[in-house]
Order: sequence, then structure tokens, then C-alpha cells
Amino acid sequence: MADLIATSACAGRLPKTIGDVTLTEIVFGAITSVAPLKGQEEAVSDALKAQIGAALPKPNRSTGKADARAVFFGRGQTMVLGPRLAPIEGAAMTDQTDAWAAVELDGPSARDVLVRLVSVDLRPDVFKQGHAARTPIIHMPGLVLRTGADRYLLMTFRSMAGTLVHDLETAMEGVAARG
Amino acid sequence: MRVQGRGLIDRNTPVSFTFDGVAHEGFAGDTVASALLAGGVRLMGRSFKYHRPRGPLTAGSEEPNALVTIGRGAAADPNTRATVQEVFEGLEVSSQNRWPSLGFDLMSVNDLFAPFLAAGFYYKTFMWPRAFWEKLYEPVIRRAAGLGALSGQPNEDRYERAWAHCDVLVIGSGPAGLMAALTAARAGLDVILAEEDARMGGRCLAEREEVGGRPAHVWAGEVLGELGAMPNVRLMARTTVTGAYDGGTYGALERVSHHLPATDPRRPRECFWRIAARRTILCAGALERPVAFRNNDRPGVMTAGAVRAYLNRWGVATGKSVAVFGNTDDAHRTARDLANAGVHVAALIDAREGVTGPAGIPTFSGSVVCNTGGGKALEAITIRRGGREDRIAADCLAISGGWNPSVHLTCHMNARPRWREDILSFVPVPDAVPGMEAAGACNGAFSTAACLREGAEAALRVAEALGAKATAPDLPQAEDDPYRIAALWHVPGKGRAWLDFQNDVTVKDVHQAAVENFRSVEHMKRYTTQGMATDQGKNSNVAALAILADATGRGIPETGTTTFRPPYVPVSIAAMGAGAQGKGFAPQRLTTSHKAATERGAPMIEAGLWYRPSYFPAPGETTWRQSCDREVAMVRNAVGICDVSTLGKIDIQGPDAAAMLDFVYTNTFSTLAEGRVRYGLMLREDGHVMDDGTTARLGAHHFVMTTTTAAAGQVMKHLEFVHQCLRPDWDVAMISVTEQWAQFAVAGPKSRELLNGLLDEPIDDATWPFMSCGKIAVQGVEGRLFRISFSGEHAYEIAVPARFGDSLFRLLVARAEGMGGGLYGMEALNVLRIEKGHITHAEIHGRTTAFDIGMQRMVSQKKDCIGRTMSERPGLMDAGRERLVGLRPVGAVQQLIAGAHLFGMDDAPVRVNDQGYITSTCWSPTLGGTLALGFLKRGPERYGETVKMVDHVRGITAVCEVVNPVFFDPEGGRVRG
Repeated sequence: MADLIATSACAGRLPKTIGDVTLTEIVFGAITSVAPLKGQEEAVSDALKAQIGAALPKPNRSTGKADARAVFFGRGQTMVLGPRLAPIEGAAMTDQTDAWAAVELDGPSARDVLVRLVSVDLRPDVFKQGHAARTPIIHMPGLVLRTGADRYLLMTFRSMAGTLVHDLETAMEGVAARG
Repeated sequence: MRVQGRGLIDRNTPVSFTFDGVAHEGFAGDTVASALLAGGVRLMGRSFKYHRPRGPLTAGSEEPNALVTIGRGAAADPNTRATVQEVFEGLEVSSQNRWPSLGFDLMSVNDLFAPFLAAGFYYKTFMWPRAFWEKLYEPVIRRAAGLGALSGQPNEDRYERAWAHCDVLVIGSGPAGLMAALTAARAGLDVILAEEDARMGGRCLAEREEVGGRPAHVWAGEVLGELGAMPNVRLMARTTVTGAYDGGTYGALERVSHHLPATDPRRPRECFWRIAARRTILCAGALERPVAFRNNDRPGVMTAGAVRAYLNRWGVATGKSVAVFGNTDDAHRTARDLANAGVHVAALIDAREGVTGPAGIPTFSGSVVCNTGGGKALEAITIRRGGREDRIAADCLAISGGWNPSVHLTCHMNARPRWREDILSFVPVPDAVPGMEAAGACNGAFSTAACLREGAEAALRVAEALGAKATAPDLPQAEDDPYRIAALWHVPGKGRAWLDFQNDVTVKDVHQAAVENFRSVEHMKRYTTQGMATDQGKNSNVAALAILADATGRGIPETGTTTFRPPYVPVSIAAMGAGAQGKGFAPQRLTTSHKAATERGAPMIEAGLWYRPSYFPAPGETTWRQSCDREVAMVRNAVGICDVSTLGKIDIQGPDAAAMLDFVYTNTFSTLAEGRVRYGLMLREDGHVMDDGTTARLGAHHFVMTTTTAAAGQVMKHLEFVHQCLRPDWDVAMISVTEQWAQFAVAGPKSRELLNGLLDEPIDDATWPFMSCGKIAVQGVEGRLFRISFSGEHAYEIAVPARFGDSLFRLLVARAEGMGGGLYGMEALNVLRIEKGHITHAEIHGRTTAFDIGMQRMVSQKKDCIGRTMSERPGLMDAGRERLVGLRPVGAVQQLIAGAHLFGMDDAPVRVNDQGYITSTCWSPTLGGTLALGFLKRGPERYGETVKMVDHVRGITAVCEVVNPVFFDPEGGRVRG
């Protein structure tokens, strides 16, 4: 009997380089939502730190490094990107590994591309490395996380992966075509 | 013609373009208007109503006359102002609103009927017969009167939208704007300098004067050089700020590639920016106003400032013999610049008494121009002094009735400008737009020195407000001449004196409006159409209201202005809606099985943003009904597979999760055993049904709720509201897991057999009874299994992480097909559920209650829930209400139609006799007949009765019998099979 085959959200669509910007799909080993139950924030934060070396982030921020990040994802909600977590006492956790399409936008004009899709203030000294925003990406619910000087991680619903790639591609072309 | 040694154009880069098919030459830096004027072409358009010949009046975006179409075919851009459009190699320009040609326009016959076409003519004349307006009069009038036309073809050009943020937005790059930007930028603030023109510098480019001891444009170039080298400054040329909105947000239209040949289809034509600024300095300058007198609209009549701009910026003499007519010292500059450039100045006519003009120029003070002569171009003017009139030959007349500060943006949040008698102009009031300062000419400061000073001062105030350390800059030496204006709006006399060139509104029209009691400026505007169309009255508003003020015996301040609204210049819908053309209108949500489904030729239907397959055509099937009937039979007799991932799935955890569910559902979930599923009904606060679905208990404090596809977002929002606002005390966490799981219905008598061939551990009825749930594994992949049924068959829903969705789907389909089953789509799913009397949002459409759909028993009396109290309001549980029933045709007509209404057999099918309506119908292959669900007054009491269905739209009447809505297997034995 053949095995079930895994297909990533943007399979067949990425990577793509247009102008000086490259768009790549990021497939995390796991994505887990962590929501501390009442009064458990500190304990959950400590437990998370013990597991992945990163505490619960403050609103609009992230903690950790590329291989294990904890990202603010909404009121009382953190998304852990990377390692698969062991259960944490006092936290509601769900597996979100397959729920999100994640892409990385990288290159000198990445910000110029992104301002065509995202309304938040992305000026480099305002939206610093590690800053995160839950914000619409054009019409899509999304996450924008700055992971480098000119590098951003974008996430939206998996079902919208096609539109995400298409909209980013259009913006990349528009920026590149201006020369 | 060109004047040697003048202008900022690049004479080393000639550019050829066409106007109405005729080749013309220009230089890089030219606009269409400047290049055509240099070539001696003045006739560039026909007026809106009377088709009078017109040439450019201005040199900017306020241009009312020289409207042209750029390009051709689907990408053609009508109503482009020739004064804004830059020339480029190969540019195609066409004139508008003329037939057959610009020079010989048959519609100019309208001009002869002018006495009949005055303000209000259409309103009065075409009143009767009423029906003729839409069918006859309007199309004819629209054809005769108009601007450019769209091609009617879809435009493939790209447009884009973007956002920008800054500390200080400076609007306009003239002396004030440059000083403001420089001062703010040196203070370390993030500055965006937006300039409508292709080249920054504003009037520094159009005037021959010195700033800081060098030519103004050189000074501007130096400042721009400094600004351009600063990392905290962003220069946005060709960008018009079009509107001021709440919270320091501004709309701005950037013309990205209208000045370039269309070589790269990926390059956007325009970009619509939304700029969020902490502070804004408006340095929009001022617009010169013409004077109204007889025949003041001939090609060759231009504003005095425009004549200077053509001369100084583009090196174009707008005539061989130019007359200048004005009422300020500023107008004298035009005469002086022309004479210095060697252009013959025929006369300087100044309405003020006792004025002397520049040496060597024949000056007539206390005089006015009262008429012009010529055909399609100006040939002569008539000067009136005292009672005497003299004719003077001139092929260009530069007129100035003073300057109107560009206060528009300051009025976008409902502020009204203030009248200043000393300059006879409206100026902005302070704090008209929160966070915005006005500086320079738009603030009523007309000398260059005053502009520089105001720009710097505004930036210092802004810097202080933002907590930045700014240093007052050294102000360069500049002209500080007094303005000295005398009122001059209109030269009295016979004939038509044009006020609004764009809409062909004359002084007489405004008088007529006043006579007919349209005395409010807003009424006058609508009655005469003054101030409408692309220039939005930029050239005529103040003069028109001054004349209205005079005609109604009021002052100008009491008369007031009309309302300035965004956008400041025309903005294409394509730019505002950029990216939203066609499928860009909304994101597409595709299931993991989308590819496999489309490979099988399944037509997709949209469910919210989701795409779902309607049916799966098999070889030989030519209609959807054939496929649908086969799919239904397959589910009833073997096994069918359907992707149900689009249903909302909400993970609910925490000690109070059960309490939360009891509160939002009408029935009780706290009593649900772990590993079991229950159907639930949810009400809105107003007591009507919101949604339904099943919820599974995965653990003591862990549930997963299923919603309908359509209401997934609404239910999630509702739960968040309940938790955050109504019961913040509850310890519960919720998150959508809709996208995490690929979930497939496996339905039919052979469903278990199919699953047992796939699951790592086989299942049986004892361990997996109806309405049970739990973990399973498929080839080592962990998933979930729910034994639930929407079809009424023995059925399951199997869920695996979405990355395995495509793979599992193909596997399930292959297995099903091996067992005489296969895929079924939305059509079959709908038939299956109607046969079972299961409801969807066709029935719970927002106006029905639990009582109406026969589920009142599900509203638990042992606990409270959202909507319960309101559902018990008088009337909401009245037996006479329209309530859910099944219907089957029993007459000759076997067709039942959703949306059709129900009437008593003997009643006339009119509104007052309405007894209900049909919500869902289908052909049931299982039962061999048409079935319908609907709502009927006292429905459940009337089983066995016949009623009449009437579809008034299609003209169909059918007799049907009222039956129980559960048509098939009412005992429900099959689900437990």
C-alpha cells in the first residue's frame, strides 16, 4: 500500500525571483498555537522557554530564532514555528502545521513589494527585526514577521496560498518593472 | 513657437508624437500642450455643451479645455489633460467630443442654438413625456454633450495600490514646499515630498526670478539635490495628493508610466497611495482665475501665469503678439517676461486706475477687455476705457483675475475656507484638517519670500510638535513684491461671458439661476452645472460665487463656497481598485482536492470564497442532472466521497469550554460524552437561527465545533464576542482549525468497508456507533474520524492534516470507484440532504426561528442560551407562522421552483393571499419525483393538503401536496446501518 504523500501549500509555485527579490516557501516542522489558560501565562512562558529557548512574546513581537520562533498571533495566542512541542500544562494547544501557507520575501526591494500588500508601517526603524503584525495581506488574513534586514515571513490561510503567491508576484513585477 | 535660450526642456532630445494622426515634434520635458503650442497648434478640444473651439487655458492639472485621449483601443485613457501629459516617442494623442474632426465639428451647431440651451434648459424642456427621458432625450443629449469615451473593452493595463508612512508629508514642491521639506528633513524627520508635476520646483520653474542670488529653478535644483541625498526623504514626483482623510491619512495618485512608451506590460500605469502622516504641510500653491467677458474662450486666451510658464519653463511663446489683461501687479510680470524674451506685447490692460506698466509696453490702466475676435483662434481683442472701445490685433491674450489659493485639501474634512478681503480670495482656516498646516500661496502668501518663510515656519512648528530638534534655516533672498488687487470678476456687456469653460457656464447662466431662486451656491452649482467634471470648478468657482453674490445682493463671505470633496484631481477607478479586477476581487480559497477535482472536469461553484465542485461529469454524461442523479444513486447504493473541508472547524479548549457551548447552542453539550458528537443549533441574540452544525467532544475540556461553510467566519466572531464581552470570566481558548484538516465525507452503505481497507485499525459498529468520534490513523498518518451523516446514509467524515489531503482524496476516490462508488459534488449533496429534509442556509436564511424549522424542542428549557429569551417574544412561536414543510407536485406541472410563493388552492395569487414560499427544490432520483422544502403558514398542521405554487417571474403554477419534510427514510434506520 502506497504511503500518503505530503504536499506543501505552495507546491509547484515557488521559489521565484523577480528583480532583486526572492519569494520562497517555508515549510515548518510544526506550527503549534499556544494559548495560556487563565493565570498560566508565566508558567506557560517558562515551559516554552525550557522547550525551545524562547518565552511567550509580547503583542506584535516574536521571540526565538529562525529554527524555533514564538510569534504573537492575537489576543492571548502565540504561534510556535519550527519544533513540534510537547504538551504544556496550563496551555490550550492546537496543531496548526497544515493550516498556514508560509513564504519568505527576501531582497533589497522586499519592503517596496510588501507596502503594496500591507498597510502597517514597515519603515525599518519602526517595524524592526522580530516585530510581528497580524494584518490583512491585501484581502487575506495574515501575519507579517520581519526576520532580517530585508527579509519578511508572511503567513496566510493555506487555502489562499495561490492568491498569496499571485498577489506577491504581481507586486514584485510592478516593483521590478519600475527599474 | 519656441523662443531660443528659454525653457528647461532638453533640446538635445527631440521627441515625435501624433495628434489626431498628424506628426508633431517636441522635446523631452514637454507636455502635449507645450509641444503643440510650440508647433502653433492651439485648437485642442471642443467644449462640453456648445462644441466651441477651445485651446489650453492653463499649464497644469486644473486645465478645463485641452482634454485629450491618450493611446487607443482597450488601453486608451480619455480626458487626459494635455497640460499634464508628458510627450514621449510614439505617443498617440486624439482630440475628443468632436465629429467628424476637431477643425470641422458638426455638433458646433449647438452653439447656434445657444439662446435655447441656457441653464436649466434640459430640466424644463425634457420633462414630458416622462418615459422619453431615459429612452430618447438622455441618449441624444449624452451623445452631443460629453467628454472622452471609454473603449468598452476590458483594460489589461496594470495598476497598483500601495501604502506609505512618514512623519511629515509635504504636499507641493514650490518655494514653500521645498523650504518646509528641507527644514523638516534636516531635523531628522521622515519626510515625503509629493509633487503633482513631473519635475519638482513648482513656480520656481515657471517664473524668471532669483532666489538666493541664482535663478529660482537653480535654487530649487540645489535644494532637491540635498533632499534627494538624505535617507529620511522620499521624493514623489508625478504624485497628486487627492484627498485628506481621518487620522492623518491621505490618498495620492502617482502617474507611474503615463510618460513612458508601454514597453513592459508588467509596469503599472498608476499607483494609488495611501499615505499615513503624523503631520502634513500643505504647500499646494494657488490657481489663477480668468476674467469673464464676451468671447473670452477663444483658443489663444490663457491665464497670465500659464503664458509665463510656457515661456519660462518650456521656451514657448504662446503668440506672436500678446496682450495682457489683469488686475494685479502679478499680471505685469507676464508682460515683462514676454518683452524680455523678445515677444511682442501688444498691450497691457489693467483694470486698476492710475497704474503704470513696465517701460516700453503700451499700458491701458482703468481699462478692460470686453470682447475678442477671431474664429478657431484669437485674432483681436476689444479694449473698453470709459465709454470708448478700441480693437487691437493680438493672437494671444493673457488674463489674470487674481489667484485662488488651493485650499481644496483643507476642506476635505468639512472645514470651510475664510474670505480675505485684502487679497480677494478664500484662505484655509487653521486646523481645518487635524495635523495639517498650510503654507505659502495656498495660505494666501503670494510673494516668493513669503512662501519661503511660511514653509520654513510651518516645518518648525511641525518639528516641535513631533519632538524633533529643528533649526530655523537661512531664508534665501527672494522677490517680496506686493500683490495689490482690485476686484474684477466680470466685464459687463452683451453676449456670452464664460465662467466655467469646462461646462460651458456663462455669467448669464448664474444670473438665471439667481432669478429662478437657486440662490444657494450649492443650488446654483447643480442648476448650472458650474464646477462639475474633471476640473471640479478649479478655474471658475470663486468667480461664479462672486457673480452669484452680486446677483443676490450678498457679500462673497455670506454666499460661501460649494463643498470641496476628494479627489482633488480625477482618479481612475482602475487605480483605486487596483488588483481587484476579475478574480483579484477576493482571495480564492481552494481545497486540497481542488486539483484532483478539476482534473476530472468538475465545474466549480463559489461558496463564500471557497471553490467547490458542482458535479463530476462521467464519460457520456451531457447534462449536470445526469451526473447528479448518478452521484446520488451511488451514495444511496454504494459509497460516495465528498470534500467537506470548507466547513468551519473551531477548536475550543479550557475548563469552561462546555459552559461556553451550552451558552451559544440552544441544546446542551456539557452532558455530551467524550468521543461523541452532537448536532447543535445556534441562535442570534434576536432569537433567530444563526447557524447549525455538529460538535465533537475530544476530551473533558476539549471540543471541536463544526459550522456551515458560509457562516464559519460569523460564528468565530460570535464566539469571540461572547467570550471577550459577555463572559470574559470564562477560562476558554478558541482557535480556528478549519485549514488544518482536509476532511472528506465517506457516505453510503459501503462506507465502513471502504474505510476498513484504509485505516491502520479497522472499525466496527460497536466501537464506532452513529455520532461517535475519535482518533484514527491512515498509513501512520494520524487523523480524526467522525461518524456523522448529512446524506442520511451510513457515513463518516475522515480528517487528516491538510498536507495529506490531495493524497488521501485520490486514494479514497480510487477505493470508492473500485466498489461501485465515486465522487459526488454539491448538486448531489444538495439532493441527498433535501431527500432527508436537512436544512441549509436556504432555510436558516436569517428570518426563521427554531420554531419555524421545527426544532423548538432543541431549545433547552433547563438552561439559558443566547437568543432564547428573544425567541420567546410574542409572535415568534405563533402556530400561524410560516413553518418548514415538504412539498411534492401532484398536478400536471411537476416543476417546483425555489423562490416561488404558495397560495391556497382557491385564492388569487396576490400578495395579501401569500401563505409561504419554497426555499429548496430538487429532482430526487431516489424517490423518482420533484421534492421541495419551503415555509407555509401552519405548515406542519397541513400535511396532506394541496396548495398552489406560483412563480410570478417565470409564470409557472403548480399544485403540490404538503408533506413531512423528511421524504426519505424518516425512521433514520440507514444512518445506523
